[in-house]
Amino acid sequence: MTASLPVSLAANPKLSSWVRFTTDGTVALSPGKVEIGQGIVTALAQIAADELDIDIARVRMLRASTASSPNEGVTSGSLSMQQSGRAIRHACAEIRQIFLTAAADRLGVDIGQLELADGVISGPGNVTTSYWELSDEVSLDRVATPGAMAKPASRRVLAGRSVQRIDIPDKVFAHPRFIQDLALPGLLHGRVLRPELSGAKLLGLHEETAREIAGLVAILRDGRFAGVVSETEQGAEAALAALRKSATWSAGEPLPDDSDLAAFLKAQPVETSVIAAKAAAQSATATRTIRRQYTRPYLAHASMAPSCALAQWSGERVHIWSHSQGIYLLRADLAIVLGLPVENITVEHVEGAGCYGHNGADDVALDAALLAKAAPGRPVRVQWSRADEMTQAPFGAAMAIDIEADLDAHNDIVGWRHAIWSNGHTARPGRASQPALLAATEIANPFPRLISTNPPQANGGGADRNSVPLYDFPAWQISSHRLLTMPIRTSALRTLGGQGNVFAIECFIDEIATARGEDPVAFRLRHLSDGRAKDVIRAAATRANWKPARASGTGHGIGFARYKNTGAYCAVVAEVEGDADIRVKRLTIAVDVGEAVNPDGVINQIEGGAIQATSWVLKERVRFDRARITSRSWTDYPILRFSEVPEVEVEVIQRSEIEPVGAGEAAHGPVTAAIVNAVFDCLDVRVRSLPITRDSLIAAMELS
Amino acid sequence: MPDIRFRLNGVDTTIDTDPDRPLLDVLRGHLRLTGTHFGCGAGECGACNVIIGDRAVAACDTPLWAVEGKDIITIEGLGHAERPHPLQRAFIAEQAMQCGYCISGILMSAAALLMRNPAPNDAEIKAALDRNLCRCGAHNRIVRAVKRAAAEMTTP
Repeated sequence: MTASLPVSLAANPKLSSWVRFTTDGTVALSPGKVEIGQGIVTALAQIAADELDIDIARVRMLRASTASSPNEGVTSGSLSMQQSGRAIRHACAEIRQIFLTAAADRLGVDIGQLELADGVISGPGNVTTSYWELSDEVSLDRVATPGAMAKPASRRVLAGRSVQRIDIPDKVFAHPRFIQDLALPGLLHGRVLRPELSGAKLLGLHEETAREIAGLVAILRDGRFAGVVSETEQGAEAALAALRKSATWSAGEPLPDDSDLAAFLKAQPVETSVIAAKAAAQSATATRTIRRQYTRPYLAHASMAPSCALAQWSGERVHIWSHSQGIYLLRADLAIVLGLPVENITVEHVEGAGCYGHNGADDVALDAALLAKAAPGRPVRVQWSRADEMTQAPFGAAMAIDIEADLDAHNDIVGWRHAIWSNGHTARPGRASQPALLAATEIANPFPRLISTNPPQANGGGADRNSVPLYDFPAWQISSHRLLTMPIRTSALRTLGGQGNVFAIECFIDEIATARGEDPVAFRLRHLSDGRAKDVIRAAATRANWKPARASGTGHGIGFARYKNTGAYCAVVAEVEGDADIRVKRLTIAVDVGEAVNPDGVINQIEGGAIQATSWVLKERVRFDRARITSRSWTDYPILRFSEVPEVEVEVIQRSEIEPVGAGEAAHGPVTAAIVNAVFDCLDVRVRSLPITRDSLIAAMELS
Repeated sequence: MPDIRFRLNGVDTTIDTDPDRPLLDVLRGHLRLTGTHFGCGAGECGACNVIIGDRAVAACDTPLWAVEGKDIITIEGLGHAERPHPLQRAFIAEQAMQCGYCISGILMSAAALLMRNPAPNDAEIKAALDRNLCRCGAHNRIVRAVKRAAAEMTTP
């Protein structure tokens, strides 16, 4: 096998772009991936400290910036451990070797006799030097080479340990860390005026009242993009309110009927792709075919903090502070809209609130860049409102999924067809010749709205993510119908189509197993040949004492998936209670991410994913009428509360010899299916339309 | 405009501004105390909770005039790295967050609870935090952290 560089390192091979030794005895580590509440910076610091043999307290994590950081694309898809983690492990292994070689030269000692402890290199006869002492003469401005040998798992000290996250003390002691709290000298505040009616155009605006508000710096209008800049945040809010009162808008663009999303999705023009097709090795006779339709609604990111960005112009250059997941990609789109070469734009990452995909972070960065033009030289901070966050940010796409199974005379599955109707699941910035940013569609010379697409299957797919069964069915045909219209803006939300497809597959096979009179765990195990898949299912089942005796008013269900079919394995047993309302009491989960570099970080991600998925399943649905998004607040878009949160138990199957994969999206699909299957166990009702509400339960009862 | 007087984190404070201004805007904008976070502006998420008297209150829908003469504690007054409040220690020990944006408001709700009820059970903790939203799903860790802090505070 030829050794090759990890993908992120191949793209950014200069070692000094990743690691720098600083004179104060620290190591500056500069990943291109960003902290979005998932704890990635700590796990990466652990990897670096292990390979370099230094105390983790010496690792200083730099914020990503297009001015200096490696370009690692976007922090998404549970890929940061695979991409950044491997790159850093490899780079640090090579750097360690470079320094040991230099130390052997300087100390006149054979390299094999050197020892390295907390950055100090020592040899026989008490000769010592260190990374920092050598850093003047050892240049890391050189490209990484394949073949550097990272330590074997058995020699890593920190990897596999639940090191405390390095960002948490700042957050409990309220040290400013979030972009919303960034203080810059001369800071101005901006607000953008957007219509409630979807796609409405700004016809008229009277600026007089807004102009009288104390602190007003500028009112900016560019096509139907309009906003204010003020010396104070309060002044900006007041001027925006005055502007809103004076604005007249055109009628908007019609929205679909939210009471029948499947009908809407199936009636649109589509582009159809065959995702996978497998012909049976031997002919089998189907004696009957079962068909089911599953749907999930549009889902909101509903981040706790409204999106926020700062921008500061200096001549023809602009500096942007953003919580974007992809600073280079955002820069590419900004360059198109602003008509600037990318070199004139710096995008610096600053943490925002938890991010679950392509939310408003990138949009608000363009808002800030446009508004800051009105105040050259001064930084302008733009923050969206809660209603903006709930209505203007892209949504996770609604999905309709039809599955058919052909059964033979023994009720064995001999054929399987899975068809998806959905908008594309990504319209991220920086990936197309046209920009994906909201204000780009609003300015005087507008760009068309980018219709969302799907990443290729090789990258895990989009609407089709997790649509190919992991089960050994003899034949299947998987197809995806991507909508070519997009009345409701969609883009990447955690798992893309994975949650919808796992919901459909795992609930359908539960139904088939039940019809056969077979235990659903046994049915799954019988159709799987992957040992790691079987192990997580067995572990979750054992831990949950599968299957507990059925008691009135409670039910148990199981769900399983391997995220993207290539990532983390996750199996979940859900316990629910219910009659008219469903409560999820407990989720028992087993997960295998390969090497769990920070086991508590993995558990935290799985717990969080499980609770968020429970919220999606029981509560969440973007609401709209035929003209506007109507779920504008936490009252209209409720999420799971403390009193409703299930107990979550997570067992991590540690496989330190297998390269790590991410954990952030592994739980959503299996949790969804486990809850729905538990509802059947509890109430004898198969819910095939999310969320599970009183209404959807009644509708499902009428169907069954 | 009349001055508004109150005690803020133990310090007598006088503010000369529009009395209808939300307390949150005064804390963040006027006093530059940015630990209290804006989440919704409608008292629906708890990200901006502060303690007034012995109650956790959303600062975003509390007008300044309503705090005249009151005792206010914000996250900045709860404790600091050198002298952490037991809740702050417990949240670190339990790693009780993901993104942490909601945490300052949750800490204030929890601190107010412990002022009134030094030994709450799980149900009482969840009830006290039920108006605080967390989108990342750190709820169970947060409940454990509050229990840990309560145990520490009540151990003689």
